[in-house]
Formats: sequence, structure tokens, C-alpha cells
Amino acid sequence: MTSENPKKAGAADADNWTVAGIREALAARKISARELTQEYFRRIERENPRLNAYLTLSQERAYAQADRIDALVARGGELPCLAGVPTALKDVLSTKGVRTTCASKILENYVPPYDGTAVEKLDQAGAIFLGKTNCDEFAMGSSNENSAYGPVQNPAAPGRIPGGSSGGSAAAVAADLAVIGLGTDTGGSIRQPGACCGIPALMPTYGRVSRYGLIAFASSLDRIGPFARNVRDVAEVLSVIAGPDENDATSARVPVPDYGRALEEDVRGLKIGIPQEYFGEGLDAEVREKVEASIATLERLGCERVSLSMPHTEYAIATYYIVATAEASSNLARYDGVRYGLRVKGENLSEMYSKTRRAGFGAEVKRRIMLGTYALSSGYYDAYYLRAQKVRALIAADFAQAFSQVDAIVTPTMPTPPFPIGERVDDPVQMYLADIYTVTGSLAGITGISVPCGVTREKLPVGLQIFGNYFAEGRVLQIACALEKAGAFRQ
Amino acid sequence: MKISREEVIRVAQLANLELSGDEAEKYRAQLDAILEYIDKLNRLDVEKVEPMAQVLHGAPSGEGDEGGTRDDVLRPCDIGEAILEQAPEAKKPYFRVPKVIER
Repeated sequence: MTSENPKKAGAADADNWTVAGIREALAARKISARELTQEYFRRIERENPRLNAYLTLSQERAYAQADRIDALVARGGELPCLAGVPTALKDVLSTKGVRTTCASKILENYVPPYDGTAVEKLDQAGAIFLGKTNCDEFAMGSSNENSAYGPVQNPAAPGRIPGGSSGGSAAAVAADLAVIGLGTDTGGSIRQPGACCGIPALMPTYGRVSRYGLIAFASSLDRIGPFARNVRDVAEVLSVIAGPDENDATSARVPVPDYGRALEEDVRGLKIGIPQEYFGEGLDAEVREKVEASIATLERLGCERVSLSMPHTEYAIATYYIVATAEASSNLARYDGVRYGLRVKGENLSEMYSKTRRAGFGAEVKRRIMLGTYALSSGYYDAYYLRAQKVRALIAADFAQAFSQVDAIVTPTMPTPPFPIGERVDDPVQMYLADIYTVTGSLAGITGISVPCGVTREKLPVGLQIFGNYFAEGRVLQIACALEKAGAFRQ
Repeated sequence: MKISREEVIRVAQLANLELSGDEAEKYRAQLDAILEYIDKLNRLDVEKVEPMAQVLHGAPSGEGDEGGTRDDVLRPCDIGEAILEQAPEAKKPYFRVPKVIER
């Protein structure tokens, strides 16, 4: 934390800005929100051509937000939680007046007429929206290579994937082109890029954060969650965006606890489950070594290691690619050239639909729409979709059983370090396996965070995942914070 | 082979996706590999398992949560014009589309 010694804006190295540090520097009038915003836009101008993390910059909105904060400071008013904090928003989140493409050609010129709930809450908490970040098209991908606007470079490992689908937000925060970011996670799309870029990244429990204004991919799986460079900032953002919302019937009416206080609690005596299925064949040796080192750190801090078996883990990817694609085929039926986005003219309505969708969607999106349509089609529904929903229940039951014995579950986030851009683009099954440790929690609906646990000998970031039970965000943040304080992020 | 070329073309039509001949074959091979992988679900006996369609927090301990749905109440939503502005072709208060029924 730099809160005791906030840096001046304009300094070439702005790396250590935190949410609290910015709030205190603003209150002490050491910087203005406008200066800080200018500094970040300068950084983006310099670095983004190389990283391709941002698709759209929202200067007009950012400076209006900054001026609102500076006026508040001038009046001596109390600063909201995220006052002046430079923020990156994944381009599947609706932002009023700011182009929102889902990294797709089909929405290339779409400008939403409203803010999504999480976005609106950040705005009310004083955040500064720098722009919209690159991702896999409609959040479908594990490497950010499915963007219609080109891949994102991993700032920690040039030439390698930043993870996907929220690769742009992860890269922006990791490269300090933003202090916080929002991503979305359907099968691993927050945690996996967090691991690849070496920063903490949280998937909240299903229903913890409203999905209103999140452009839908798979509605029973989609979550919105934060990226930051330290655990406390992740907790600060979650505190702002969590809570029920009458515009999302699936948002849970469960009180939001004080996540900041959870960070202070001792982890001594906590039971940490280690499921053997996450440490088997396919796990890279160096990733295993780093994750084991962090588990040893937790044991040193007084946690108890409990070996577990979660027997349905190996069915998670197959289950996920039925459930998610089935929901996607339904959700993406709306892109037909009638109400928004691209329209390609046709002789009749049906021809207009298919020409528009042919021109507007990329290869992976088409592949998933077809797989989902197939799984739902007459004659195949029972064999694929219904069966997958049943296996989903078994996977959720594995977690219920585990959480009857332990307080949290620790696994690798990803089986390998970030791989080179281009390596898996022609092999969908290999690409899907990058999510093998994350999709389980997505299907169950529980929370999970990825935190750094060092780098490989080639200096490639490795991520460790902590799963918590429903609404146990405080618990996973507490354990993440203990690892951070113990130096395990940089071991 | 799990999926034929004819099935790929039929699925593409159901999804309003137009495929060229080359694309149909490329997708057939890829979907075939994915379906082959997904086949592992058949190893499990799921006859007595209830399907999970949604993560439902049925009766969470949270205060004031009845675990049900909210009341269905009409609320004003006056962004109709803004929405029409995003349409590829609109004539207020309608979206315009090519002719559907031939005379």
C-alpha cells in the first residue's frame, strides 16, 4: 500500500497507485483527478499500440467524471470509495454513450443508451472510465485471440496470450494502463487472464453482482468481477458492485458484508482443501511447483491442508461446452440486423438475417452457436443438453461435499503458463482445455479468485486459484490477502 | 464420425448462419472433434440425477430474502427513441425490415 506516501501524478512510474492512495492524495490535494486522468491517457497513448488492450477510449466521459471529483474536493466534500480511480471496462459491459462492441464486427458501431448496473455503481463511487477493453468476441475464448480487433499482448510475457476472454482488462491493469478493471467470467474469463498477467482477479458467486447491462453470453454462468494489482483493491471494487438489483432477477438478495474487514482476519486454523484431480496429468511441472510453494506458505501461516477428491472434475469441460454453447446459441439469436448493430441487405428477411450473421460473427462464435444449436436440436436434446445439466448437478455436488469439510479449495488456475499467441488457434479442444480448472466453479456457481504465485524460469506468470463456497468472497479474499502479505505473489 | 456434413448445414440453417462449402467441411471436422471429446459424459450414470438448469439461491440466510421473485410491477422506461437511434433502419416508432410477405 502506498497510502502513507502517495506519488505525484506525472511521475513517469505511476506503478503503485492504489484505490486508497488515490483517495488520500486527492483529499490532501497532492494531485487532481484531472491530472491523474491525463497521466493515464498519456500512458495508454504510449503503450496501447503495442498491447492492444483498449478498443475505445472515453476521454469525454473520463474528464467529466474527473471534474466532478475535483469539484467535490474543492467543496471539501467526503470522497466516495473509488474517487478518481482510473478504470478499464471490458467491452461487453454496456456504457451509456460509449461504443460497446463485444470485440465483434456485428456491434462495431453500437452505442448503448444506458449503463449496466455494475458500471453505474462504479460511476457513482467516483471511478474514472478510461475506456473499453479488448476481449474474445462475445467473451468466447481462452486467449483473447478471438477478438475481431486483433489479439492483446501479455505485458508480462511479450508474444504470449494475456489469457481470455477478459485479456484487455487484465493486461491494462497489469501494465498500469488502469488501476482497476472489470472483466466477466463465464468459464474462467476473469481468473485465467488474471493468472496469465500476474494480477489478482475475482469471480464472484453467481448472483452476487447484477448482470444487468452485461451483454449476455451464457446467462446461467456469466459473472462480472474485478481486476486490481492488490487484494485490497479487489475487495474495494467488489464492495461497490455487489448487491441485489431489481433489474436482474437472478441477483441475490443477500447482504453484502464488509470485505475490507475480512482481509484483516487471521487465516490460522482454516482448512484448505487440495483436490487431487487438479494436480494430475496435464499439469505443467513448474506450475505445480509454484502452487505447492504457496500451499506450503498457507500451512506455515497455520492453515490445515486437507486432501480431497472431486471425482466429476474431468467432466467439467465437456459439460461446460454444452451448457455454455446452448445458452449462447439462444442469446446470440438477437443479432439479426433488425434492432442494432450490423445489417447486410438481403432480398427478404431470412436472407438479411443469414447474410448479416455470416458477415458479423467470427469463426469461434459461429462454431459455438452451431454446437449449441445442435445440442438443443430435436433428437439431440436429451443426449447432450439434458445430460450436461445433470452432470452439472454432480459437479456442484462435488463442491457441496468438499465445503462440508473445508473452508476453501486451492488449485492451479491454469494447467500451463501463458502459451504463445497462435499456438492453439486451429485446435478448439486444446484451447478449451486451458479452462479445465476454472469451469468447475463456473458450473457450480461458487466464487473463486486467482492470485499470482510467482513466475516460471522463463519469467512467465503462474496463477493460484482459491475457491470459496456461495457468497464466501470474504473468505477467499482473506486467504488471498494472507498470501500477498507473506510475499507469496512474488516468490 | 459424430456429425455429418448434411447435419452441419442443417444446424447452420437453424442458426441463420450461411456457410460456404469449405466452411461446412472445416466446421464439420472441428465439431466432430468437440463432440468426440464430449462423448465422455456418456460414461456417467445420470438416470437418477436432477438436472441443474440454474444456480438458485433458494433460501439464503440473508435478511429480507423470501427466496422468491419480485413483484411484477410496471415501471416507466423512456429510452425508446434512444434505442431506435441504434437501429440500422428505423421509422419511428418502428424498426424497418425487408418485405416478409409477398403479395
